[in-house]
Amino acid sequence: MLWLPATLIALAMVAPLAYLVIRGAGASEETWSLLFRARTAELLWRSVVLMATVTTVSVALGVPLAWLTVRSDIPLRRFWSVVAVLPLVVPSYVGALVVVSALGPTGLLRDILDGPLGVQRLPEIYGLSGTTLTLALLNYPLVLLIVKGALNGLDPALGDSARSLGVSPAVAVLRVTLPQLKPAIASGSLLVALYTLSDFGAVSLLGYETFTWAIYQQYQTSFDRSVASSLSLVLVAVAATVLVLEARSRGRARYYRTGPGAARPPAVVPLGRWRWPAVALCAAVGLAAVAGPVAVLGYWVGQGIAAGEREMLLWGELWNSVLISGAAALVTAACSVPIAALAVRYPSPISQLVERLSFTGYALPGVVVALSLVFVGVNVVRPVYQTGWMLLFAYVVLFLPVALGATRSAMMQASPGLEEAARGLGRTPLQTLLTVIVPQMRSGMLVGVALVFLVAIKELPATLILGPLGFQTLATAVWSASSEAFYARASAPALMLVLVSSIPMAALVWRGERLRA
Amino acid sequence: MIGPVVQCVDATKRFGEVMAIDRVSFVLAPGEILSVLGPSGCGKTTLLRTIAGFETLERGEIRIQERLVSSPAVHVPPERRQVGMVFQDYSLFPHLTVVQNVRFGLERLSRQDRQHRVAEVLDLARLMGLEDRYPHELSGGQQQRVALARTLAPRPVTVLLDEPFSNVDATMRAEMRLEVEQILRENQVTTVLVTHNREEAFAIADRIAVMRDGALDQIDTPEVLFNAPSTRFVARMTGISDFLPGRAGSDGRVLTELGDLPYRAGDSEIAAGSAVDLLVHADDFQVLVDPYGRSAVAAREFRGDEVLLAVRVPSGDTIRCRQHHGSTLPTGTNVTLVPTRVEPFLAFAREVSSDE
Repeated sequence: MLWLPATLIALAMVAPLAYLVIRGAGASEETWSLLFRARTAELLWRSVVLMATVTTVSVALGVPLAWLTVRSDIPLRRFWSVVAVLPLVVPSYVGALVVVSALGPTGLLRDILDGPLGVQRLPEIYGLSGTTLTLALLNYPLVLLIVKGALNGLDPALGDSARSLGVSPAVAVLRVTLPQLKPAIASGSLLVALYTLSDFGAVSLLGYETFTWAIYQQYQTSFDRSVASSLSLVLVAVAATVLVLEARSRGRARYYRTGPGAARPPAVVPLGRWRWPAVALCAAVGLAAVAGPVAVLGYWVGQGIAAGEREMLLWGELWNSVLISGAAALVTAACSVPIAALAVRYPSPISQLVERLSFTGYALPGVVVALSLVFVGVNVVRPVYQTGWMLLFAYVVLFLPVALGATRSAMMQASPGLEEAARGLGRTPLQTLLTVIVPQMRSGMLVGVALVFLVAIKELPATLILGPLGFQTLATAVWSASSEAFYARASAPALMLVLVSSIPMAALVWRGERLRA
Repeated sequence: MIGPVVQCVDATKRFGEVMAIDRVSFVLAPGEILSVLGPSGCGKTTLLRTIAGFETLERGEIRIQERLVSSPAVHVPPERRQVGMVFQDYSLFPHLTVVQNVRFGLERLSRQDRQHRVAEVLDLARLMGLEDRYPHELSGGQQQRVALARTLAPRPVTVLLDEPFSNVDATMRAEMRLEVEQILRENQVTTVLVTHNREEAFAIADRIAVMRDGALDQIDTPEVLFNAPSTRFVARMTGISDFLPGRAGSDGRVLTELGDLPYRAGDSEIAAGSAVDLLVHADDFQVLVDPYGRSAVAAREFRGDEVLLAVRVPSGDTIRCRQHHGSTLPTGTNVTLVPTRVEPFLAFAREVSSDE
């Protein structure tokens, strides 16, 4: 019953990658020689450097903020814990737009400073440092969320043990707490690293040339698309290497409680004189990553209205965005059910393989999926090429891992014991499904739907490449206006995008806080 | 002359409105093992955590080897108390091997001393051969011995054990208890052990402190606690105890439905003519089959080495009586209870609105 749909879905998820590999294998000598140029090495180097810097800064921001919002007595703890995840609603290209339009050579800050102070030059924001800062500020919540989860699950008795063995609190954090958080930090870093590798919008707008940018350029300018597809394969190989490295970092030690018994709730650590510096850190991050961008976008929208710009509210684009992301969220969540059910209820090497295959999209940058689907569309399934279906499929490939995570944990909570109890009380399997399993999974499934909606509505490269002719979403509208430096025209859809993304985000935050209470 | 290792005087700690520990006082001599016995939620663990320094004190004081470590004004942090604590779930560091766990508290020693001490402790806890295992690769008993070894390694002045056997299944419990007691006795470790299990407390302790709602009801040897409990609560915690209502006469006897029984006063003076309850243990009465008996077997519990009968007496109360394991009296049998106790029964004044 489950095997057929699960296997079909898993195979479909691998199809784009498989197609790329087949194409790559059949590429001409010429293509391969093109690939082994210094240029490729340079792109590789730049991508890896960016990945390293963004990941480092994200960890440096995410871990302290997680600790502060879980374990400390920081004033307004709940408020900061909501603020700290909000950057997730700002797409990277919107962040880049804000940076360019506020701090760039023709931006807001220079206009302000130029008048009274005569400042002409500002620190360079294009290139590595600007891109790092933008991507890290928007992606550190990925580290934060996972580390928070780990901190909540951490047994506070371990810290107590350390202290009764004669170790001071600060040393206990270093020798016990931090090593315990290592796997959480590693998986958070993995998410950030993979995202950075796949980011297209910010690197393009901030002029930091990476693989994704080069692939898109190749795709746009050249008729020979095998170069683009070979580049894509290299990019996938880098992503795969990152995945392997993270898996290797685990080793034999365990990182969760070994003993049975209930843990004490974690003790709150008083910050003492570090109180206000901690608040300052939270406030600075909140300002830079959330309040600042919204204010800048608001400013440009105001400028646009003052200048008589019309059609600031892009209702059509908004509708397209909501429609395609909503559809992607529902379809992806539905696809995740048979795979998660198979993996949770019938664990075996084969069901595990099916699940692993479904995670392919995790390591695939949007540009790569889009590109391979272009090939598939042109050569194999002509009728759906350049239709919404193709884009929808790309979203499912890219975001199925997100939905799977949520569905899987929802399914783990619906314990088989309860199912058996219901059967024992005389319910049929179908009745059991409807009256016991679905109600238990509903809330976890909604998390999956909300998460996919959130990432799909921000998605840019696949939408650009696969969107049907004339199909504009908020994302593509922001992109086309900001790549031509029409700040006012870009800011309106950007602001709308941030606001729309806030809805699923609010639902997620509200649920998270309710679970904690 | 060596002074007391741990001294608690009037130690008091509140969590909001709840009295977690309430004027607790006791003195612990070197090498002594004290069990704190009480139902869950009575404040046992808080008492341990206060001695270890994880909780502060509101009133009273705690001294360790006569050094003041806790009082409303003084709080020595846990790492500077030389008090070792074995946590309920052992709290082994899951990212460290057995050796690394044991070595954790020895950072201040020289390399050589450290190695020497680790080897010594591993040997006394019989962990040789398991040095490089991670905690999850050990059995429950081994995990517990690692926890004990880790705690003993820095030579703490006293060791606190929080419900050490609660996570062990019943079949293993007796064996592990013996092992742990042996290690503690051989090394003359001054110990406070917290438990809600009577058998455990009786088996291991030199003295037992019975704790109720944060306060110590009585602290004495197991024998005294059993034979002369100072309160009904202590009686319930330390044995199979029932209470038989009656009225005190002036001749040192109490008139009950099971006859005229000798008594001595329990927790307070007993005035002649007042209503009292006699403490009855499970071996104080003999059960005789008697078709005309006014009592009857209400329930029987086969415990392997004995049979425990619940006998309903005419007033409707039940008295539990221990029988030989070969006893086959079925429920419903009419019986007569005959007192076999030589010493007088302990009498507690009947309180009007008491929950006891």
